[in-house]
Amino acid sequence: MNTNALLKRSSFIELGARERARALLDARSMRELIGPFERFVSPWLAQQNVVTQADDGVVVAKGRIDDQPAVVLAIEGAYQGGSLGEVGGAKIAGALELAAEDNRRGVPTRAVILFETGGVRLQEANLGLAAIAEIHSAIVDLRRYQPVIGIIAGTVGCFGGMSIAAGLCSYLIVTQEARLGLNGPAVIEQEAGIDEYDSRDRPFIWSITGGEQRYRSKLADAYLDDDAEAILATVRELFRTGLPAHNRSDRHADFLACLAGVDAREQARPDAVRALYQKGL
Amino acid sequence: MPDAIQHSRGASWLAALTRNTPPNGGFPATVHVVDAALAGEPARYIAVLPDTHNRFPRVRNGEVGLVEGWALARAVSELVAQDAGRAVKRPIVAVIDVASQAYGRREEAYGIHQALAGAAGAYAAARLAGHPVIGLIVGKAMSGALLAHGYQANRLIALDDPQVMVHAMGKAAAARVTLRAVEDLEKLAAKIPPMAYDIGSFASLGLLWRLLTVAQPDAPGAADMDLVETCLAQALADIRTDPSRDLSGRLGQAPRRMSKRVRERLVAVWKED
Repeated sequence: MNTNALLKRSSFIELGARERARALLDARSMRELIGPFERFVSPWLAQQNVVTQADDGVVVAKGRIDDQPAVVLAIEGAYQGGSLGEVGGAKIAGALELAAEDNRRGVPTRAVILFETGGVRLQEANLGLAAIAEIHSAIVDLRRYQPVIGIIAGTVGCFGGMSIAAGLCSYLIVTQEARLGLNGPAVIEQEAGIDEYDSRDRPFIWSITGGEQRYRSKLADAYLDDDAEAILATVRELFRTGLPAHNRSDRHADFLACLAGVDAREQARPDAVRALYQKGL
Repeated sequence: MPDAIQHSRGASWLAALTRNTPPNGGFPATVHVVDAALAGEPARYIAVLPDTHNRFPRVRNGEVGLVEGWALARAVSELVAQDAGRAVKRPIVAVIDVASQAYGRREEAYGIHQALAGAAGAYAAARLAGHPVIGLIVGKAMSGALLAHGYQANRLIALDDPQVMVHAMGKAAAARVTLRAVEDLEKLAAKIPPMAYDIGSFASLGLLWRLLTVAQPDAPGAADMDLVETCLAQALADIRTDPSRDLSGRLGQAPRRMSKRVRERLVAVWKED
C-alpha cells in the first residue's frame, strides 16, 4: 500500500472498545446498554485494592448493522488486559442470551464480538471461568439462528477461555496485529519450560499465533488490514452470506484426520501447520 | 487397558459407574467413551484419562490436548446425530478428572483453542438439543480442560474431597500472571471465594448442583456408588422436568448476585432497535 492510501485509511486498532462498536453499527443507531454511568463495577477487585472501571471493561452496544438488528460486544483491552470477570462476562453472556431469545420470537438479532482479552480475570478466577462457559453456551445457541462474528483486531489478542469463544464463532476476522491462542506465552513457558515456548521470542510467538498464520492455517475466515472501513465491509458481507455450511468447531472429523497425519515426535513448525490444514480443511 | 491409564480417579469412577463395560472402539487411549445404563436408561459416559505413552508429549498426565478436544467433540456429536429423530435423548455423563489443558508448542500451533471449542460446542449443542448432560467432578477440573469437558453440563456434581478442585489457572502460573507471590495468592484465596482452589469455596458460588461426601474417592465402595448413582439419577430426573436447557440454574446464589443483576438490567433495557 502506498503512503497516500495509508494516510487516508482510518485505523480500527487505535479505537477504544466503545468507538470500535460505533464503527460497526449503522450511523446514529448505537445505544449502549449498562453504560459506564450505571456503574456496574466488579465487586471483587476493590477487595483486592485493584482499581475498578465503570463499565468493567466491556461495552454492550445495540443498534443495527446493514439495517438489521444487531448487538456488538466489545472488550476493552486497555483495562486489566481485557480480562473477563463476573460483571463483564455477564454483560456478554446476557446480551448473547437475549439475542438468541429475540430470534426465537422472530427478531433476527445478530452479534459481533470484539475480542481483546487475555481470558479469565484471575482476581475473579472461578467467576470469570463460569461466565466464559455461559458465553460459550450462548454463542452456540445464537449461531443456530444468525451468524456470530468474532473480530480479533489487536493488539492484546485473544487468549484463554475466550479463544475457545472465538473458535465457536460462525466467522472469525483477524488482522496482522491479532494473536489467537489458548494459553498465553508466559503461562506455557511457566508450565512447560523455555525450550518448549520462549515467551520473550516475539517473532516465534507471532509465527505460531499471529493473525496471518491463523488465517493461512484456515483457523480464521478473513485477514484484513487495520482499516475500519474494510472491517465493516467484511462484517456486512459475512452477515449477508448467512450461516456457514459448517461451523469450524463442528469439523471434528476433518481435524482428527489432519492430526492423525502429524508426526508428534517433531516439534511443530508454522509452515507444516499451514500445509496440513490447507490440504485437510 | 495399558498400565499407563489404570491409576486415575477418572478411570476408577468411569469403570465403577459403567460396571466395567469396555469403552467404544475408535477413540484415542485418552478418551474413553462408554455406553452403559444410568437409572435404567441407556446413557453415554465420557472420561479423559492419562496416557503416559501419548504421542503428544505434553498430554501424558490427564490433560486435554488437541486430539482429546476433537475426540470429545466426536463422542458427543455422534450421539446427538444418532438421537436426532428420537423424542427422548440419551443422557451424557462427563466424568471429570482433568489436570488442565495441554500447554505446549504443538498444541498452540495446531490450534488447541479450536479443539476445545469443538468439545465445548458439542456439549452445549447436545444440551440445547435436549440431551441431559451431567458433569461429575471426581478430581481436578481445571480451566480450559473443564470448559471442554463438563462445564456445559445442565447439572454439576462434585465430590467433597481435598483433591477435587476447580480453578482457572494453577497457582504458580496465576501468581506469575498477576505479579504476586504464591503465598500472597493463597492469602487472598482464603478470603475471596472465587479465587480459592478448594471445592467448598466453589460450591459456595452456586455453580454446583450437589456436593457429595464419599468414603473412598480414589476407589469407590458400594456405599459410595449408591450415593453417587442415586444423585446422578436425581439429576437426570431434575433435568427431565426442567423446561430450560440453558445454564440459568447456576445463577441463584448470593455470591453471584452481580451475574443476575446484570442480566436483569439487560432485560429491562434491551428493547428492539
